[in-house]
Amino acid sequence: GAGAGAERRSGKELTKVGSSGGEMWSRTLLKSLRGARQSSQQSGERSLGTLCIVEAKDGAGGLDSASKATLACAQKHLPKPFVALVASDAKGASEAAAGEIASLAGVETVLHGVSDKEGANGLLAEPLSQVVAALVGKLEPTHVVTGSNTFGKNLLPRVAALLDSAPITDVVQVVDESTFVRPIYAGNALSTVKFVGKGPLLLSVRTTAFGSEALETAQGAGAEVASVGAEEVAAGAAAEALSEWVGEEKSESERPQLDAARVVVSGGRALKSKENFEMLEKLADQLGGALGASRAAVDAGMCSNDLQVGQTGKVVAPELYLAIGISGAIQHLAGMKDSKTIVAINKDPEAPIFKVADYGLVGDLFKIIPELAEKLPSQK
Amino acid sequence: MRVLVGIKRVIDYAAKIRVKPDGSGVDKANVKMSMNPFCEIAVEEAIRLKEAGVAKEVVAVSMGPQACQDTIRTALAMGADRGIHVATDVDLQPLAVAKLFETLVKKEDPRVVLLGKQAIDDDCNQTGQMLAAFLNWSQGTFASKVTFPSEEQVEVTREVDGGLETVALKLPSVITTDLRLNEPRYATLPNIMKAKKKKIEKVTPEDLGVDVAPQIEVVSVKEPEPRKGGAILESVDELVDKLKNEAGVI
Repeated sequence: GAGAGAERRSGKELTKVGSSGGEMWSRTLLKSLRGARQSSQQSGERSLGTLCIVEAKDGAGGLDSASKATLACAQKHLPKPFVALVASDAKGASEAAAGEIASLAGVETVLHGVSDKEGANGLLAEPLSQVVAALVGKLEPTHVVTGSNTFGKNLLPRVAALLDSAPITDVVQVVDESTFVRPIYAGNALSTVKFVGKGPLLLSVRTTAFGSEALETAQGAGAEVASVGAEEVAAGAAAEALSEWVGEEKSESERPQLDAARVVVSGGRALKSKENFEMLEKLADQLGGALGASRAAVDAGMCSNDLQVGQTGKVVAPELYLAIGISGAIQHLAGMKDSKTIVAINKDPEAPIFKVADYGLVGDLFKIIPELAEKLPSQK
Repeated sequence: MRVLVGIKRVIDYAAKIRVKPDGSGVDKANVKMSMNPFCEIAVEEAIRLKEAGVAKEVVAVSMGPQACQDTIRTALAMGADRGIHVATDVDLQPLAVAKLFETLVKKEDPRVVLLGKQAIDDDCNQTGQMLAAFLNWSQGTFASKVTFPSEEQVEVTREVDGGLETVALKLPSVITTDLRLNEPRYATLPNIMKAKKKKIEKVTPEDLGVDVAPQIEVVSVKEPEPRKGGAILESVDELVDKLKNEAGVI
């Protein structure tokens, strides 16, 4: 807003903090900016509604489910218009995602190009949080939203601290623009909370809660796609010295993404070995599904960590969840109890998993799985 | 170097959660309380750094009511050298905890702060990241491996959605622990006895000059909709039939 212009600081006047000698946002500066925003709102100037932070990874083939859930939440439940910021590890992915978002209803601008750096250096929280904070200072949104995946979990609280605003993370329902529902105690309770701070209100959304809401396309011309401003990019420069991306170990798979799959075939401790766990792959492929696992299976080295479903792993809500050799500990249920249909296969009739299963089979999984594979119609 | 470890006292991970009938919160009366499992892993990692000669002193910090001192005693019994109890009966939220930690870091001058990635009560997963922001330090969240290649750097392997990611962080750093970082030790009886002689310093948020008033109010707490009960079937044929014709998922 033009009225607040006189009170805004330019990049050059940022208070220096930290021994790195770089210029970066300090909490005191941002508090004064908030004062500027409040006065601009009082004078009737329009502030931006919502800033969406979206991650676009190279080779992902379009927006991931966390990004779609973020945009769906903004579109359906948060103040419009919204600006989307695309953070990426590759220019091509960044531009493609920006183009996709620009066609959505409610978007004013899509910003990208902040982080197209080698490896995933552009997605590191230390510099990116400074850029987001600078962007918030410039655009003055009332809300900032991102997905509750490992990217959002790593980033959003750091941004929130820079802005001295308590975030509301892992939201499953928007009651109104300052009231939200989030799970606590591994989803054994749901807490309705109200933000009473000065703002902006920062939130992250659970993919399974908003992912199924279809995104609405804009009528007419799409939104403006632009590069993030040089000033905002510069805000992250000094923090780049703090961390460096070294490498990654990712599972390559043709199967659907676990958090977006229609079917999940999940294995637990009773599978006993990596070779046995691979038996589930055939079943997953037959059903066109993704593979999942309990913590015990990952701990035992039967599969990689990205398959873990649970309170501290992935939360999924597919049409069909097959829990094979999984006892059903509270922490595992937290990650899958919202699945539409749950099937449990376990030797132990007392296993807690049977309490949440729609259909259970008590018996030896090493006999049941091959029989099931034989009798299931192939979905592919 | 000195390592600061944050530990939270929470309802035990195996305890059944009961929501109060008036919807004001979760019932904690007569429920078993324990050290947050991720915090246990953080304490264990700090002790291992001491045993490896990387850390010289491990300080365990807990915040909340008097009973937090029991949690600190457990950390001391595991091998922490001394404790700090930030005493308050106010319900502390992550932003306030991070601010309190910031003041302690400025006092104690650690090179590394180890925290659990999340507390299993509020499941927030915020405090470590916030503290790193306040301190303008690097952050290594959801750590499954931590090594110190030099005096200036820490290398952290993180468990992320796609698998594992490794980052090299400039020290000092805030690191949050994930499940597979280590398996925490049990405190032995001799160590529990030794722990009784170790010091726990008590301070208040007022002493530290921090405003801990929450920015988020809890309106109500309720139990989720229970799932409708299911059935144990007799055969694979029956299962396939139900999945196809009743559930309509295949």
